[in-house]
Amino acid sequence: MRTVVAGATSPATAGAAGNANGEWPAEGRRIHSCVAKGSSMKPLIEVNQISFSYGQGPSQSVAAFTDVSLRVYPGEYVAVIGQNGSGKSTLAKHLNGILTPTRGDVWVAGMNTKDASCKQQIRRCVGMVFQSPDNQLVATIVEDDVAFGLENLGVPPGEMQERIDEALEAVGMSEYRHRPPHFLSGGQKQRVAIAGILAMRPDCLVLDEATSMLDSFGRAEILAVVRRLNQQGMAIVTITHHMSEVAEADRVLVMHEGRVALEGTPRELFAHPDQLEALGLDVPEASRVAQQVHARIPAFRRDAISVEEVVAEVDRLAGSGGERRHG
Amino acid sequence: MGESNRGDILTVSNLHHTYLQGTPLAQPALFGVNLVIPAGSCVAIIGHTGSGKSTLIQHFNGLLRPQMGEVVVNGARLSNPQVDIRAIRQQVGLVFQNPEDQIFERLVGDDIAYGPLKQGIPLSEVVQRAKWAMGVVGLDFDEMKNRSTFAMSGGEKRKVALAGVLVLRPQILVLDEPTAGLDPRSRRDLLRRIRDLNRSEGLTVVFVSHNMEEVAYLADTVYVLAAGHIAFHGTPRELFGALDERPDLQVGAPPGVEILRALHSRGYHVDTTRFTVPEVAEEVAAAASGQRGPAAAAEPPSGDLSAPPTAWEGPAHRREPDGRHPHAHAEDRGDAHGR
Repeated sequence: MRTVVAGATSPATAGAAGNANGEWPAEGRRIHSCVAKGSSMKPLIEVNQISFSYGQGPSQSVAAFTDVSLRVYPGEYVAVIGQNGSGKSTLAKHLNGILTPTRGDVWVAGMNTKDASCKQQIRRCVGMVFQSPDNQLVATIVEDDVAFGLENLGVPPGEMQERIDEALEAVGMSEYRHRPPHFLSGGQKQRVAIAGILAMRPDCLVLDEATSMLDSFGRAEILAVVRRLNQQGMAIVTITHHMSEVAEADRVLVMHEGRVALEGTPRELFAHPDQLEALGLDVPEASRVAQQVHARIPAFRRDAISVEEVVAEVDRLAGSGGERRHG
Repeated sequence: MGESNRGDILTVSNLHHTYLQGTPLAQPALFGVNLVIPAGSCVAIIGHTGSGKSTLIQHFNGLLRPQMGEVVVNGARLSNPQVDIRAIRQQVGLVFQNPEDQIFERLVGDDIAYGPLKQGIPLSEVVQRAKWAMGVVGLDFDEMKNRSTFAMSGGEKRKVALAGVLVLRPQILVLDEPTAGLDPRSRRDLLRRIRDLNRSEGLTVVFVSHNMEEVAYLADTVYVLAAGHIAFHGTPRELFGALDERPDLQVGAPPGVEILRALHSRGYHVDTTRFTVPEVAEEVAAAASGQRGPAAAAEPPSGDLSAPPTAWEGPAHRREPDGRHPHAHAEDRGDAHGR
């Protein structure tokens, strides 16, 4: 249906498997398992061949994307990457009905996002966190900001308090609850914005470049929160330019000129730096390091994609060498 | 004291700044900052959120004037109320964070040409300059000049805003987080173009960044601001090599340096001042082939070493091949969400 990177047949994977004599999990299978899962488990979000154009006056309209399909299953961690202008953010805004497609349909938990009567329920199911922390905070006290969405939903006060406590706890911001948000760091503000969404108890969290304005510490804070939420079963859709964040996902969609150009696991994608480069993207620095080390030491896996994996690979090779010396 | 070398295009000495000075809400932001920017250099200013970076760079073109201390740009003292601030702003081009928010014209070409037209530069020259500036940021003049600024992506708008500053042909380009929010190719392109401007055209570049890969690639000197003063000053190599001794700087490292630091802390004798990908790969290869330890005291690596791993044993948050998380099964999720 679409170009999917064939990890199993790539020379990269074959080389690594041959040399290290340890096989990577057959990544191709993960895609098939997703498809298989599709038949047994209902997708949380189903984007069905949608197109969207931004109107630009009567004569011109600019197509943001054409014929895009996407399914997000409960508990999945999906990353969407692509160049600026490839339609990622516009796609994200379709996932909870902020925008509705010009053609095709988006279904969220069985509700069509074009159905205005479902809007509130859809938004409760799929929450979004945007790029700029400052533009998302409305109240003068952290706690009130988290309460804002709940007030709009008409949640009773007792339950509201409970949900606020729970949400602030989940992002590790409980001790700041009585502070004004504008004195917080960028990462802390984004965590408050996430708490505001969590209080609505969504099934899916969509992050639209939520870390791009943060420093590395702020980014690490957000990633830790998101990882924990995902482990607790929340579906995550993250739109990002940071390839090291992409490495955390189960599945990656690469958008190019308004279409889904590639889809696969992070490891499959990063095994093909040339293809990514052609699409204006990149591989994580850790992955580039692994590939260069592999060129020197063939037993070193070239498909390590994170700092932790490179370090573990050094341990594996140096460690086993050490054992031989001692033995 | 305050003496400026003839090669220094911008010097800051003992600069202090307090927001809302003289009110009960006074908030000190800078305490005695000293820094020197030689003509033609590329200087990174880094530091944790709230460390005073933005306050500092707003002094570079006179948006903020020194309350105490001095800022000298090309020999002009900015503490002097009589200083020609228009001339300063022509010499120092400041590109804010999210400069795309400052685009106000309807067409790309108009927005870029706005500044030079206001300066009374003849139209034919403005067009030439606009072509050059758009070329520098990677926008095709003929294709983009009549595009609507409203229907552009964030990255494209960023380029338009940057071209709108370059078109004024400043001697010093000051950039606040130039690549935040850009995709990898746009980021790489922009960094390469900034580096070219710096290296071949001699433009002095000062940039604020959170991205250490960017600092490693671009900067020849790094200043680290912490709590309103300069806490470190040196080359990127010196900085990355000093991170272990200086946690107070609150500075991250590029992933390559993270790898070396992680190996170092596990007892491998790797050189943590190396930071480019080939350098890091060389150190990692040496460590992997047993030439760099690990020292006898190092913890044994986790997992069974004798058998080659059959599946990736990554960090705990990685999922099992079936897509499920090892410790969050479908039924648990159902409970958690009350379904």
